[in-house]
Amino acid sequence: MSDNNRNSGTSGPKPGGMMGGRPGGMMGGGPPGMMGRGGPKEKPKDMGKTLKRFFTYFRARQIQFSIVMVLAVCSTIFSIVGPKLQGKVTTKLFDGLIGKYAAMMQKLPLPGIDFVYVQRLLLLIIGLYLISAILSYIQQIVMSDVAQKIVYDMRTDVNEKLHRLPLKYYDARSHGEIMSRVTNDIDNIANTLQQSLTQFITSIVTILGVIVMMLTISPLLTLISLLTLPTAMFATMKISKVSQGKFAAQQKELGKLNGHIEEMYSGFGIVKVFCHEKDSLNTFSEINTRLAEASWRAQFISGIVMPLMNFINNVGYVLICVVGGVLASQKVITLGDIQAFIQYSRQFTMPIAQVANIVNVLQSTLASAERVFEILDEEEEMPDSATAGFLESPRGEVSFHDVKFGYTDSKILMDGINLDVKKGQTIAIVGPTGAGKTTLVNLLMRFYEIQGGSIKVDGVDIRDLQRGALRTTFGMVLQDTWLFKGTIHDNIAYGCENASEEDVINAAKTAHADHFIRALPAGYNTVINEEASNISQGEKQLLTIARALLSNPPILILDEATSSVDTRTEVYIQKAMRELMKGRTNFVIAHRLSTIRDSEKIIVMNKGSIIEMGNHTELIAQNGFYADLYNSQFTGSFTEEEVI
Amino acid sequence: MLKLLRFLKPFRIPVAAVMVVVFFQCMGDLYLPTLMSNIVNKGITNGDVPYILFTGAMMILVAIGSSICAVLASYLSSHIAMGFGEDLRSRIFTKVSRFSLHEFDRFGTPSLVTRSSNDVMQVQNVVMMTQRMMIAAPITAVGGMILALQKDSGLAWIIIVAVPVLGTFIGVVAAKGFPLFQAIQKKIDRINLVVRENLTGIRVIRAFNRGEYEKKRFDEASYDLMVSSVTVNRLFAMLMPFMMLIMNLTVITILWFGSHRINSGLSNIGNMMAFLQYAMQILFSFLMASVMFIMVPRAQASADRINEVLDTEATLVDPENPVSPDPALKGYIEFRNVTFSYFGAEQPAIENISFSAKPGETTAIIGSTGSGKTTLVSLIPRFYDPDSGQILVDGVDIKNMTQNDLRSRIGYVPQKAVLFTGSVIENIRYGKDDATVAEIRHAAETAQALDFVTAMEQGFDSPISQGGTNVSGGQKQRLSIARALVKKPEIYVFDDSFSALDFKTDSLLRAALKKEIADATVIIIGQRVATIMDSDNIIVLDEGKIAGMGTHQELYANCPVYREIVASQLSEEEIA
Repeated sequence: MSDNNRNSGTSGPKPGGMMGGRPGGMMGGGPPGMMGRGGPKEKPKDMGKTLKRFFTYFRARQIQFSIVMVLAVCSTIFSIVGPKLQGKVTTKLFDGLIGKYAAMMQKLPLPGIDFVYVQRLLLLIIGLYLISAILSYIQQIVMSDVAQKIVYDMRTDVNEKLHRLPLKYYDARSHGEIMSRVTNDIDNIANTLQQSLTQFITSIVTILGVIVMMLTISPLLTLISLLTLPTAMFATMKISKVSQGKFAAQQKELGKLNGHIEEMYSGFGIVKVFCHEKDSLNTFSEINTRLAEASWRAQFISGIVMPLMNFINNVGYVLICVVGGVLASQKVITLGDIQAFIQYSRQFTMPIAQVANIVNVLQSTLASAERVFEILDEEEEMPDSATAGFLESPRGEVSFHDVKFGYTDSKILMDGINLDVKKGQTIAIVGPTGAGKTTLVNLLMRFYEIQGGSIKVDGVDIRDLQRGALRTTFGMVLQDTWLFKGTIHDNIAYGCENASEEDVINAAKTAHADHFIRALPAGYNTVINEEASNISQGEKQLLTIARALLSNPPILILDEATSSVDTRTEVYIQKAMRELMKGRTNFVIAHRLSTIRDSEKIIVMNKGSIIEMGNHTELIAQNGFYADLYNSQFTGSFTEEEVI
Repeated sequence: MLKLLRFLKPFRIPVAAVMVVVFFQCMGDLYLPTLMSNIVNKGITNGDVPYILFTGAMMILVAIGSSICAVLASYLSSHIAMGFGEDLRSRIFTKVSRFSLHEFDRFGTPSLVTRSSNDVMQVQNVVMMTQRMMIAAPITAVGGMILALQKDSGLAWIIIVAVPVLGTFIGVVAAKGFPLFQAIQKKIDRINLVVRENLTGIRVIRAFNRGEYEKKRFDEASYDLMVSSVTVNRLFAMLMPFMMLIMNLTVITILWFGSHRINSGLSNIGNMMAFLQYAMQILFSFLMASVMFIMVPRAQASADRINEVLDTEATLVDPENPVSPDPALKGYIEFRNVTFSYFGAEQPAIENISFSAKPGETTAIIGSTGSGKTTLVSLIPRFYDPDSGQILVDGVDIKNMTQNDLRSRIGYVPQKAVLFTGSVIENIRYGKDDATVAEIRHAAETAQALDFVTAMEQGFDSPISQGGTNVSGGQKQRLSIARALVKKPEIYVFDDSFSALDFKTDSLLRAALKKEIADATVIIIGQRVATIMDSDNIIVLDEGKIAGMGTHQELYANCPVYREIVASQLSEEEIA
């Protein structure tokens, strides 16, 4: 479930994150920016290497990126000058007042405040703020373009890579794992690029700029407010470290709770029928209490950051007021200086919190980047050799010569497999579930590389053919009926891009699918939904048969199993399959007696390897595994006696 | 959202305490500029150093007090929010436990999981943030306004103008931004869809050599997302710079008009400086409040989903005066004209079903997918109540028994085997809490599970991971059968529970079962005619109705639907 949650992230700025921007001119005792994204952070394994590689993505957009940097620095500087000039206004007012006071004392004509000067100063400040705002706006726009394009590049790279990876890669990993790298991790990178990176720059510039401005006003006061700086830094980092641990603990309990809920809900009926509602409730309460305890700690610790920063900030504020006040009363500095100082010291808080937080964000981003790069570094399918060709008009002859194969080099499953199939023959592959029937099929289509021997189609080694060309000579109807979200028409035409409307309908008719398609609300334009739940399992199978028919391959790979299909549809599927097999070389993962008996050759598989081969009569005569299998499954004699 | 807040009732006192504490915290923060203005007006102007020092000390005390209040507020509010969340989760979970499958199906498992956990988290976080910021914002705004007016009422109009300007600006950006965010979410879903399809269909894609096409499809979705993200980000890029600009302009306006007022003697510098700071505090509190307005609608959706669950009443309740069947009767089932439809369905799933089964008898149910087989058997443990008709177990209408009494008589093995996290032995013991090791071993043996269990590294103590992913489908089924066997119920219901077994294990299991449960009543759903053909009674279901009932021979002679099924599965010589 936590995956789900992460999925809901967007690559745009999050509304909650809009306060995380740059501090501008003057501000009161506003709280520092919201603290990061709260969750536990992971660390990259090799930070330096990943960072370096990460920056290669910037290279193509160097110019824009430099513009962003310059704009960020400029807009920050322009806004930093503001408070000092405002201070000058105040000083002018104060001086004016003092002058007025003095004049009043001496009964001279009242000189009034120099409003021309004040006006000019204020206009200058307005100008500076305006420029700063515009620059910062442009900078953010450019950065958003840069960030989104970089992320787009990454997504493209990953996607292209996925198409070049061998099936072996997919076997070893769950879909969820790959998905999360393509979506969540890249999302995470997008967010960092969009927000944190420029924030980091402006925060540093702000801190440095403020220190410089302060120094020009009063070195002593600067020293005082700088004293609060390391304290604030230290406090933030320390607390965020503790709170991360607490958040990790919370996440752990949450995971447990989700696990329990998921389990109880998905086994709802079982829990009920075994009357275990009470136990499940008790376990739930236990985890729930632990979760609440853990969340409370996490929230409390992270909730302390704000008041603490505020306090440190306030102490600095008071110190400036007091020391500044004393100095001003001795006429060492002006009143405007104090005002400027107060504003500057207030501006410290947010960038410090941000810089402290950015370390965590960067870490988790680099960890994400590393996971993405891991995909990009995976070993690819052996590329088609330069001389690889294709078959002009494939006949459909297949031969195996001493084929040796194992999913890993250390564990060889098949060795010395020899097989000769003539055009138009049907080969039945039989054996219990998990015997490796699909492995054989996978080898034919070169989804995996063999370790020894050779497989030839029409006398040509399949490694001397372009993969694409090889695979188009095969048609496939498997039990796992893959359809995509799209119209029925598009799904049938999937194997044959330029098929006409008529071709599609003809294929559907031959596959006995036309009837049910026309009964659907939008006929051939009915959109199959994501789970393909708007058509039945059997109907799906009919569609995959139509798809294979349309692509008209010389060799066919077929899985006869029709589980969870109702009887009538099953009859249709059988008929359609017979139709499809006509005039082709067929490899059938067979479940039906008639198919098996009529096959030219039967391959009997068990535990990953071929154990017997021959035609039906030969194999029965052998009285081995096949004979046993045949007797138990197809005659019903064995089962009937024992049935309850 | 507001409806859920009723669950805050037990936290009345802490909530009140938070309010008080936050009030003092805000007052402290607001008091600081006043003290500062005192330093300026009295201290600096008069050169009164002791006064400056004294006021400084006061300020530190105020700052300490305000920070203590803030920490207290955080302590209390996190306690309240998390307690609230805990309470809410437990209410939902308890509620769901009482649901019958009828209500349960209306939501579905994934949706209920989200509602019980993520949605509660969302609401809980808002409760948390509200206490931290929502309470502080109005207090700061009102308090700041009062103090600002005290300092210089002549400048108050500037704040009155600035607040709506700022509010409108944020409002417009947010209003424009939200539809865009939703659009982006859709585009992300689209990319996820394409990636997922590419992963699940990798073999088909490669077999049809459609890699380039799929790449293009992904690229289109990805490009689309990029364009939308850029649009949104450009819009939001405006937010920060211009918000700051509005604030800065407010400051400058105050300085300009303030200086004129000072010049004409209507105000003084210290007051103006304090006023400036109050203006900022007020604007910031509005900013915070606007962030809340963005968070609340998001939580609202979660709150609605939670309320939906809490407002659903469980339709299945135990009778007030439960009847217990005659102990002499064990395993009698009778359906009398039972009709049942699923929630929202146009047609009944099963219609007018009548049959009876008694101990020592096996009743098989066969029929195509969607004919209502599973529906029929799920009425026996009262997962649902029928629309009309009666179901009697041991002579008593099951509505008049307690659910526990009824279900303790039934051993149910579902189509899709469900195991729980824990060990093998715990999973089997699930059927009977006080089962001895010998009983468990025996059940496992009958279910043909003993061999593979003992072959596992830790035998019966081997762990089962969530969803039973570390055992094969066939092994799961055998364990789930063992779980029902250990219960030794009077009635067994097998819902196509042998489907993942290879034929050898299947027949061994059937043979072992035959001996084991000879005296019990057995209801079995089958797919293959060969496995059910010598049951005592076969019910043929077709589109929810009984198309035929009787033995294999009778049905083959009289029932066309049955004949069709047989013809599709058995070869000529087998039928004969």
